[in-house]
Amino acid sequence: MAPIMKTIRNNSFLQGVGGRLRQAPLLGWLLGALLAVVLELLVGDPVARTLGMDRAPALFGFRVMLKSPVLIPSALVYVVLFYALPTMLVAGFTAGWMNKAAGGLLGVSTLVSLLVHLGLLYATLHLWGTLNDYRVLVLRLAFISVIATLSLNVVNGYLGEFSCSHPGFMALGAYVASIITVLLFVQDDVFGSPLLPPVIGPFAFPIALIAGGLAASVGALAVAIPSFRTRGDYLAIISLAFTFIVKSLIENLEVIGGPRGFMNQPQWAPLPVVFVAMVICVAIIASFVRSTLGKATCAVRDDETAAGHLTINTRRTKMVAFLFAAFWAGVSGGLFAHVLGYVNPGTFGLLKLTEVLAMVYLGGLNSVVGSIVGAVGIKLLQEILRPLEILKWVVLPVIIIVFMMVRPTGLIAFTEFDVKQILRPHNSQERRGG
Amino acid sequence: MTLHEFFQHLVNALQWGSFYALIALGYSMVYGVLMLWNFAHGDIFMTGSYIGFFISTGLVALGATGILPLPNWLILVLTILLAMIATALVGILVERVAYRPLRDAPRASAAITGLMVGVFLETSNLALLGARRRNYPTLINTVTYEVGGVSVTNTKIMIVALSLLLMIGLHQFVQRTKWGMAMRAMAYDFVVVPLMGVPMNTISALTFGIGSALAAAAGIFFGIAYPVLEPYMGVYVGWKAFVAAILGGRGSVLGAALAGFLLGFIEIFVAAIFPSTFRDLIAYTIILLILTFRPHGFFGEPFSAQLRL
Repeated sequence: MAPIMKTIRNNSFLQGVGGRLRQAPLLGWLLGALLAVVLELLVGDPVARTLGMDRAPALFGFRVMLKSPVLIPSALVYVVLFYALPTMLVAGFTAGWMNKAAGGLLGVSTLVSLLVHLGLLYATLHLWGTLNDYRVLVLRLAFISVIATLSLNVVNGYLGEFSCSHPGFMALGAYVASIITVLLFVQDDVFGSPLLPPVIGPFAFPIALIAGGLAASVGALAVAIPSFRTRGDYLAIISLAFTFIVKSLIENLEVIGGPRGFMNQPQWAPLPVVFVAMVICVAIIASFVRSTLGKATCAVRDDETAAGHLTINTRRTKMVAFLFAAFWAGVSGGLFAHVLGYVNPGTFGLLKLTEVLAMVYLGGLNSVVGSIVGAVGIKLLQEILRPLEILKWVVLPVIIIVFMMVRPTGLIAFTEFDVKQILRPHNSQERRGG
Repeated sequence: MTLHEFFQHLVNALQWGSFYALIALGYSMVYGVLMLWNFAHGDIFMTGSYIGFFISTGLVALGATGILPLPNWLILVLTILLAMIATALVGILVERVAYRPLRDAPRASAAITGLMVGVFLETSNLALLGARRRNYPTLINTVTYEVGGVSVTNTKIMIVALSLLLMIGLHQFVQRTKWGMAMRAMAYDFVVVPLMGVPMNTISALTFGIGSALAAAAGIFFGIAYPVLEPYMGVYVGWKAFVAAILGGRGSVLGAALAGFLLGFIEIFVAAIFPSTFRDLIAYTIILLILTFRPHGFFGEPFSAQLRL
């Protein structure tokens, strides 16, 4: 094995490619991904059929491989042909002028550069999703998980508590947002005819989401107030009790369906809405953790007494962190309800808690990028392993356990989220300068 | 509620509470010694119950074929002993695989691996044995005694008595033996004590083993009292026992036992007075209130040291 690796390392062609790829900025990679997706959109299905698959594989061929191992080679060929090769080629060959473009954009303003990048990212995802509705669902669920994970990171990472209350917050957000939309805009068996014309519904949807988030914040008072007097394990139990209380309360409210769940939510959370919500959430949470309040939160985590002596109002800080996190958890719950068009209290139980906790700790505490990677990673993993059916929950825990052994602090813990660093051009000149 | 009903519920609550108490002891011991919550403990309880089921069913089947005819009481004793030993080994294995590699890691990482071990045990059970519920064989013919209008079955008496016996045994072990002293020392300071020659790995394996054995006993008693086993039985019972362990105060064995019984009482009486769907709602609200006004549980110490989160 070693000589082969050495040959590969010393191969000048490969070295050249590697160097070029390393110089490609994010802009180049995004462009490459966009072109790759366009290519797949144009000829993906026919090529997939030639390779022996029914259609273009939904999630990078993993599901195809798990369903029928015979197709592993063709799935691999497909992934290389449509994703790896075009992206790398474009990123590598355009590295030069993409660096110029990235530098120029960043020169105009960070915001403009950010918007261009986000636009490219969205276009890529949108085109990727047009080929298969299942991909859109996975993306939406992944983005909702990003919101939930980030908000949990605010409490478990930046505030340093072990909060188990997030399923409860999400349930509150989901139910309150659903009740508002269904009551006001939908013809429903329980709530009767809509109170407002359904036409304005999609525009009022953000208000319903915010109301759901605020409801979760109000619920968070039940956890935030005890947090003045206690920390750590006892607070973990208080938050756990909160989750169970919310779940049990909803199960006992027959008006909103009780344990059977609540349905008929309008499908007002398509990909663009969820994407925008996620971007707003990432932006606000990233600036929260860099703000004075965010720094105060970290100070309270590291040493509450010392922080108090440094004139930080520890109670206010804890209160703000909890309510802020709960708000976003509520928003993610509201989105979740409107993606699935159905919620039941069983969804917001221990399994949800385990899932969100795994996303936070796998991605890494105190890190916005970590939460994004953790949430998207675990969500994708869950969907990829779905063909295993019941064995999915045997394999997934093993993967996570092994991962935690290799990286006990998670993937990307304790890193600042620096937009400029991510968007910067990658040519050698810049690097010397920076 | 009449006085008769009250005593009837009291008897039921004693039995229900002894499950919680036995499981909570396992949580509390591991926490006391290693400062980590073994989130897989509820599923170790489930595993213990299943192991007991297989041992007892196997022994009954052997008896039926005439190869090894044993009286029922001996089958019960053997089931309890063998299942406790086997589950202790499972617990030690879990410690070795999921917790020991992460001993120096942030505490929350160990919590994640613990949760994942729990999910793994549940689902592999479901995958291996299927979703079919299983019934414990009847080992004791239930005899109902009427004491002043309150009906008490012999199984209830046996379960409560054996649970108390196990708790007293654990207390004696921790207080009287050298191993128990080592565990208490480790609970006092797990940085310095290993430097003084107390074998940390042995003690932590021992702690997990004893805790799991107690959970297995609880699992078998549960199977005898409510003869239905299913893979997710450990989730709710286990998490409630975890709540009891914290309610009793971190690492306090006595507190865990008392809080386990208290939780049993709360649940049985709530279910007796209100519709049973309100059980969790009211039980957890009471716990939230207790912890809000008594933030360190019944026997817990207020925080002095920095948390290792």
